[in-house]
Amino acid sequence: MTDVPDQASIVRCDACPVLCRIREGKSGACDRYANANGELVRLDPLVVTENVLEKDGAVVPFLERAPDWDGQILADAPVFVTGIGSGTTYPDYKPAPFIIGAEWDGVDTVTVVTEGIFSYCGVKVKIDTDRHLGPEQAPVRVDGEPIGHVTTAEYGSQMLSLGGVRHLTGGTKKEGTVTCAALLDLCNGEAVEMTVDGGSNLVVQAGRPPIVDAVAEDRMRVGCGSATIGIFAQQWIGHADEVIVVDDHITGVLSEHQAGRFLDMRPGGIRVRGRKSTPGRYFQVADPGAGWGGTSVTDPLDIIEKVDPKTAWPGERILMVSTTGEDSAYFELDDDLTFIPKPMPAPLQVVVDRIGENCEPALCTVLFMGGAGGSLRAGVTENPVRLTRSVQSMITRVTCGGAPVYVWPGGGITVMVDVTRVPKGAFGYVPTPALVAPIEFTLPRWAYEELGGYVGAIQSLDSVLATSPELRRERQDPANPWPYRPATR
Amino acid sequence: MAIPPGHTVSARRLRNGFLHLQDGPIDVVLSAEGPGAEVAESAAVSAFDGMLADMMAEVTELRRPIDHRPQSVTHPVARRMVEAVRPYTNVFVTPMAAVAGAVADHLLAEMVSAAPDLRRAWVNDGGDIAVHLTPGQRFEVGLVSRPETPELAGRAVIRADDPVRGIATSGRHGRSLSLGIADAVTALARSAAAADVAATLIANEVDLPDHPAIRRGPADHEDPDSDLGGRPVVLGVGDLSTDEVARALDRAVNVAEDMMDRDLVTAVAFTLSGQWRTVGVLDSGLLIPPSETKKR
Repeated sequence: MTDVPDQASIVRCDACPVLCRIREGKSGACDRYANANGELVRLDPLVVTENVLEKDGAVVPFLERAPDWDGQILADAPVFVTGIGSGTTYPDYKPAPFIIGAEWDGVDTVTVVTEGIFSYCGVKVKIDTDRHLGPEQAPVRVDGEPIGHVTTAEYGSQMLSLGGVRHLTGGTKKEGTVTCAALLDLCNGEAVEMTVDGGSNLVVQAGRPPIVDAVAEDRMRVGCGSATIGIFAQQWIGHADEVIVVDDHITGVLSEHQAGRFLDMRPGGIRVRGRKSTPGRYFQVADPGAGWGGTSVTDPLDIIEKVDPKTAWPGERILMVSTTGEDSAYFELDDDLTFIPKPMPAPLQVVVDRIGENCEPALCTVLFMGGAGGSLRAGVTENPVRLTRSVQSMITRVTCGGAPVYVWPGGGITVMVDVTRVPKGAFGYVPTPALVAPIEFTLPRWAYEELGGYVGAIQSLDSVLATSPELRRERQDPANPWPYRPATR
Repeated sequence: MAIPPGHTVSARRLRNGFLHLQDGPIDVVLSAEGPGAEVAESAAVSAFDGMLADMMAEVTELRRPIDHRPQSVTHPVARRMVEAVRPYTNVFVTPMAAVAGAVADHLLAEMVSAAPDLRRAWVNDGGDIAVHLTPGQRFEVGLVSRPETPELAGRAVIRADDPVRGIATSGRHGRSLSLGIADAVTALARSAAAADVAATLIANEVDLPDHPAIRRGPADHEDPDSDLGGRPVVLGVGDLSTDEVARALDRAVNVAEDMMDRDLVTAVAFTLSGQWRTVGVLDSGLLIPPSETKKR
């Protein structure tokens, strides 16, 4: 409390005569410049992305030109002005902050650039894990406040639905504030710790492995237990007499499974717990949990119901493995048909390792979802419904900070965007609470005229670049389609 | 003082016709109406150009508490700052408390002196507003409790025959550090500088000393150059009960009334967590209490 902050971390801002001394993490008197890790940074610049060409791994012309850049951006390199830092004209009875005319590929194109205030918004989170994070519909909390809930389990992953208007403004003030802060951090790629009622403690960060109850998830399973049997059956033949792939969803038993039958395997006579679905495929072999294959078991033998003395035989070789290869054990049956743990034979270890190698890294995926179908449209046109129709018919392309969005079919303009494809720090908030996100509408000029756009407010790209005092230049993420390029269905 | 390389003072016309001037931390929006409006605008631009750099020459003096009697400041804005805080020798305050209001007053004075026949003019320096009114003219201002929320919480109407020519808002959500926890204090006074100081000092009084939910830290930990030195400024406010909010607001009522008695301020409205207090509502209905403009 009384320790004096390190003087060395102070940055002297020379952007104006005030010459503020700014401590790390703080901003100067103007709130426009700040000290980020000892570097003076502009906080709210308009962000432009440049379409750069990949040539021999080098980036041209942006990085080549950067060292002696004269401070002016010329529109000869294709430049796209994003909504980041553009500001808003809420409540939107006025034209959007930037309506930019540019020629692309011989077509006069208009891009309407703004920062939308999204009262209806949230994030959809996909967590790659087989572990049981909590029951479906269970509330997800941050600081004790409900910010969303657990929704469906999907392939190798668990979905969370966070935010939404009912948490932002439909609950208590604190619920709204906490929800907004959590959404903001998730959208800006920060880690957020959350708990699931009756489930796990989670740390979620876009593009990073999920941390479940303080353990970082490493791999996403290669497939369900049955699929794992199918993928690797051939490679086990001759090295094991039975393989049981432990999975909370579907546990696979090789000799009983269609794959084993097809390979003429002798039935192993080992019956696992749970409910048989089809031969060699079992549901609910244990409770869901953080153990083997998303079950609660830490000793795989807990899922063995019985060994059939008429079918099993002394010396039978049994491999038990999880769907990620993270857990595995090898047993042989003794004369009493009891499981005896033995060292894993090398040929089996190879296949266990291969399961791991074939798993994709477990990640958290965060999609921002928001509705731009309301008053925001009035910043684009005096006939808002025409914008909706134009977007729905794919004449108008919607981007979020230059990143592609998925536009939901049906009414309104409800979009989803992968936050890792949006330039850094793109999201903000207002204390309503609501999130602020960049949004751009790009369409041919004739279409803009036709939908009743603010044609009089169109500025040329060159003049916008020349008159914007501060610009943050970013290379357009090569994975993102260039926003000017017409979309195809 | 050398002007840093690359530093630019900007003046641009907003789409709604107002003029926006910006230099460093100063953001001014102004308007002039009536005969000589263009002359007034040019006067404002010339007065603005270089003003910040000139003021900075005297900043060391201006960051000293008023009881240390700043020696001799010469810049017209600096003089206005000192003049505005001089009545408050009984509390800690530095001329910096009046900086935004003084800039607004100065630019407005330059405009009116260049174009004496203006019908109406105003200069809004980041929420601190200086107003010029001629008979029959009025100026209406909306009160917002949190600057980021575009939601009107109240309204003030100033007529030419009211004594008010300055409006200022201070609180925890602006750019300045505050010793108190008020969300917003709006003061109406004879000048923007006077209103600025009054709002700042009343905002400091809205407080619950030693309350565990209020996080404080030395001002110079936030900003090494703060005129508040090592004084504890409010860094965060946790949950407060309705009663506690009322108590924090009531502490400031006496201070505001005392300022009114001494004719330093004409009317004040202040808010914390949705509760409001108003002091000095005039007969003319000059300050319209939030409760009457906003139905809950």
